[in-house]
Amino acid sequence: MREPLIFEKSRRGRRGCSLPEYDVDEENLEKLIPKKYLRQSGLGLPQVSEPDVVRHFVRLSQQNMGVDTNFYPLGSCTMKYNPKVNEGIANLPGFTRVHPYQPQVGVQGTLRVLYEMEKLLCEISGMDSVSLQPAAGAHGELTSLMMIKAYYEDKKEHRDTVLVPDSAHGTNPSSSHLCGFRVIEVKSNKDGEIDLNDLMGKMSKRVAALMLTLPNTLGLFERNILEVSKIIHDKGGFLYLDGANLNALLGIVKPSDLGIDIMHFNLHKTFSTPHGGGGPGSGPVGVKGRLAVYLPVPTIKKDKKGYYLNYGRAKSIGKVRSFYGNIEVIIKAYCYLRSLGKEGLKKISHNAVLNANYLMKRLKKYFYLPYNQPCMHEFVLSAVDGKMKDVRALDIAKRLLDFGFHPPTIYFPLIVKEALMIEPTETESKETLDAFVSSMIQIRKEIKEDPSVIRQAPHNLSIGRLDEVKAAKELKLRWEEKESGD
Amino acid sequence: MYPEDLKYSETHEWVRIDKGFATVGITDFATKKLTDLVYVELPSIGKRVTKGASFGVVESVKAVSDLYSPVSGIVVKVNEKLSKEPEIITQDPYGKGWMIKVKIEDQTELDTLMDSEEYKELVKKEKKE
Repeated sequence: MREPLIFEKSRRGRRGCSLPEYDVDEENLEKLIPKKYLRQSGLGLPQVSEPDVVRHFVRLSQQNMGVDTNFYPLGSCTMKYNPKVNEGIANLPGFTRVHPYQPQVGVQGTLRVLYEMEKLLCEISGMDSVSLQPAAGAHGELTSLMMIKAYYEDKKEHRDTVLVPDSAHGTNPSSSHLCGFRVIEVKSNKDGEIDLNDLMGKMSKRVAALMLTLPNTLGLFERNILEVSKIIHDKGGFLYLDGANLNALLGIVKPSDLGIDIMHFNLHKTFSTPHGGGGPGSGPVGVKGRLAVYLPVPTIKKDKKGYYLNYGRAKSIGKVRSFYGNIEVIIKAYCYLRSLGKEGLKKISHNAVLNANYLMKRLKKYFYLPYNQPCMHEFVLSAVDGKMKDVRALDIAKRLLDFGFHPPTIYFPLIVKEALMIEPTETESKETLDAFVSSMIQIRKEIKEDPSVIRQAPHNLSIGRLDEVKAAKELKLRWEEKESGD
Repeated sequence: MYPEDLKYSETHEWVRIDKGFATVGITDFATKKLTDLVYVELPSIGKRVTKGASFGVVESVKAVSDLYSPVSGIVVKVNEKLSKEPEIITQDPYGKGWMIKVKIEDQTELDTLMDSEEYKELVKKEKKE
């Protein structure tokens, strides 16, 4: 059953609370404010009782699908469980009851956490310096590209091009455009990795950087990464790492060892802070030595007196965000890192890769796996036409909802047709993975026997199949009162 | 499905050549791959398009895709109707679904395009992959 909008539940005069009588004289508003500035119509707020409000929002919350309710194998998003202890710590009054304009001497604890977090990210990545300010991954990309641009402007080198593999996240070309670079796409080879010949042909002294995701979006490790790195560095470019898939590498591979010069981290993916529904995320950037002077201000320093924010950096690209980043998110990620430790982090990546390979091995008997080789933390199946009797990736995703699973990422990466991109993460048990496999097998059977069940899914949710074309073309975001009133 | 009087590009655009002008659209195969279209962005009249470079964008419910120009030249006509009704492209890709008309700059560029038979082979290959 569809839950009505709170406005539709409104009845004139109904109230959730009773306010006391006025104890001051009522003024005529028009005497105080010129009439032209006064609203002529009502506010249009819903008029509902307290139980109406409570039931409405509790029902809506129960219809939500999230990592706290369901398995959520959304590829490239690393929807791992978010440990609740991190919430508890980030909500301690020492962290929450501070103000960004407070003197620094009164927030030494928070500054210390930020300082240590920078050091932890340096240790994990092998980068020399980190800025925690970018608010999410794409913001980290933009910040990084701005630093690269500043570097070449400083060196008076004209480099206007960024190379991006055809399997890259869409944010890579977008960030490059936004930063004023020209984007050239590098092709993948038949194994799903960067085509070295194509890369060599496109690399030139006009190229500022190659933006690389590792493992790539097919969930594959670029086995020629050292070769790639050499091609870029020989012509004086930077190798940028999109850290979205870092969950596969923790404590196993240091990006700096692969020749990465600059990168971003997604604390909300790899380091377990809640995300989805708009964030907030956190996308720190890390750089090797020669780029460090361009990092945004402020950075966090420590001297005899304690921790402080350092603004005195002449070559910095400046501020990229108000205040000091999404601090609560950073604190949660810090707790996560500290509770796991070095060995714990390694186990995360081991289990993330193990879980993905287990799922892949079981599912490839039923669905087409275009790049058939061991994967890292995720893999991509294809619901190709023909074999699938007109059932598309979208239909499979909708049907999975009926079985109580959040669908995988679909139609990405673009180099796989009808892609289903599955990332189980390390926090799922074998039982959960097996239940997901059983549902996928069931779906495979339905495709063969009765594909209309899939094409019309979902069947068991409060809302059935939505008209996505209409939703995109006739976008309506505002409720309007009908003529009949209440 | 792939008219014989048209030329085709590897990125699934078609071209109809008429005395130095080229009308451009996307093929039936392309529309099927894209699924339901919700939005299309085309260049304005007078703009120069380059062979192999993006001249516009189509958005479907599943993805946003670039449109690549099969020829270089100046845009002399644009199918304005498509912005309100992108579904015309799917319904009639080689007729009412045409996108732009270009004054051809370099006739030799046309030699690199495929004919109907060659394009059919390409589609067959892509379907197999």
